[in-house]
Amino acid sequence: MSDIVAFRDVKVEELKHLLSPRALTGETMLLNMGPQHPSTHGVLRLLLELDGEIVVNCIPDIGFLHTGVEKNMESKLFQQAEVMVDRLDYLNPLGNNLTYCLAVEKLVGLDVPERAQTLRVLLSELTRINSHLVWIGTSGLDLAAMSVFLYAMREREMILDIFEMISGQRMMTTYIRPGGVWRDVPAEFEPAVREFIRIFPARLKEYESMLTNNALFLERTQGIGVISKEDCIRYSLTGPVLRGSGMAYDLRKARPYSGYEQYNFDVPTETAGDVYARYLVRVEEMRQSLRIVEQALDKMPTGPIRSNNRKFIPPPRSELGVSMEALIHHFKLWTEGYPAPKEGVYAATESPRGELGVYLEGDGGPKPYRVHLRTPSFISLQAMPLLTKGHFVADVVGIIGSIDIVLGDADR
Amino acid sequence: MDEHLQPVVDALQARFGVAVHEYAGEVSLTVKADQIVEVCQSLRDDHAFEMLIDETAVDYYPEMEPRFHVIYQVYSMSKNIILCLRVPVDGTNPHLPTIETVWAGANWYEREVFDMFGILYDGHSDMRRIVMPADWQGHPLRKDYPLGYEEVQFTFNYEDVQRRKPHPKE
Repeated sequence: MSDIVAFRDVKVEELKHLLSPRALTGETMLLNMGPQHPSTHGVLRLLLELDGEIVVNCIPDIGFLHTGVEKNMESKLFQQAEVMVDRLDYLNPLGNNLTYCLAVEKLVGLDVPERAQTLRVLLSELTRINSHLVWIGTSGLDLAAMSVFLYAMREREMILDIFEMISGQRMMTTYIRPGGVWRDVPAEFEPAVREFIRIFPARLKEYESMLTNNALFLERTQGIGVISKEDCIRYSLTGPVLRGSGMAYDLRKARPYSGYEQYNFDVPTETAGDVYARYLVRVEEMRQSLRIVEQALDKMPTGPIRSNNRKFIPPPRSELGVSMEALIHHFKLWTEGYPAPKEGVYAATESPRGELGVYLEGDGGPKPYRVHLRTPSFISLQAMPLLTKGHFVADVVGIIGSIDIVLGDADR
Repeated sequence: MDEHLQPVVDALQARFGVAVHEYAGEVSLTVKADQIVEVCQSLRDDHAFEMLIDETAVDYYPEMEPRFHVIYQVYSMSKNIILCLRVPVDGTNPHLPTIETVWAGANWYEREVFDMFGILYDGHSDMRRIVMPADWQGHPLRKDYPLGYEEVQFTFNYEDVQRRKPHPKE
């Protein structure tokens, strides 16, 4: 077609206030890193101002994956809108489901039975390990440690098989639903998780033996991308980045949800605030997550997996043939949905990347009036200029890996 | 209300005359637009609210006047309390003072609110669009912005549909 519009050039003039005066005289060089770059973990564009090989300024440009999730959710029923949140942070689908469900439950005032709570905790910790495995693989890969990627994917496969077993889907599970979970786990679930708990600690040691004391890895990570505790708080950074800078802040401890207060686990911290500190924090987090998974599996209570509140939760299929009320509720819920009050609530969970929040507002109807997703990758990316200033171009790659971004999460 | 939150709300009520609303254990204060920077400063300095967790907006067009509410979630790590601030913003020439000077992290949140709702922040250091293309027309999360769809192109109407499609300007 003749009228296809060319990609719009960004003029240096528009970004003058973000660059140093030397960029305008041509003394420093402007380099586009991305949007297509193997180490930017998606379609992230960084405009780098370079003095030789040293980064003077870094301007992140996001939005290449913007799909209007928030706008789209406004046009769907509460139960339909949930499928959108899986697709934000595709490494943390169950955690995203959980956050959204917590917000809906808070808004309409819905109870969750004990067994569902335990399953939620167990699954969101497995998801955390799954996400950290991808992180350890890809950020190792960025720093030319190829083999750890292959091993990490092997263990991730076990977790994805568990997800497939319970929900029929490997990634976009939508398994956690408002008021509980979709359905009970099959009999094979417990042995599969036990097997994972049995083999994973040894595998984690394997990854560590490849990276933790590896001289090349240390050289590329220690003292790189340092951020202080105060700067983290000023820039609203949470999660492993904040803990790597010496602040033991974890939502699972500070504002427990889904019964996290019943589990024993530690919040690992490091004080250095560099790429290596964040690496150590995440590796230790996998160990702690495994502890939680084991405790959850041991205490797994029996009982219902969904709330019995028929105004929000459809009745079991077996009741439809014998109960008129069940049939009415079933029909009403799947055609009209359930109304939510004209109020706003904020619910948050600790995702593998930091605080994941959902601001949800109802308007008396069955659709969310406004959903805002406070996604940790978006917030972390904001700190890129701070983290990269004064480092080599090659270190930018390591720094992006260390803040562990998912672009679907940042752009929404 | 939380025992740590009560004195903060009382102090803000006495000083700024804010309206208090409580739902599901969450407290939100309605603050006037010209007071927001002072309120935030007071929250950070006098009441140890170190962190801005979230900033977003809601469009109530056409039911409510003023049409926008900008919503802040601020968090005190030391007291472990969270407070919600609501600022009504008028729909004609919507603008609001920036709180970037109080919490540096507000920068991107405010760029996103500008991008999605067209609310301009006075004194903001970098008021550009963030997720939509720089030359995009309109602000997608406003309620009068259509959800949109793409018309299917067939051989007989390819040219027509192509011409009608929204394109970024040259």
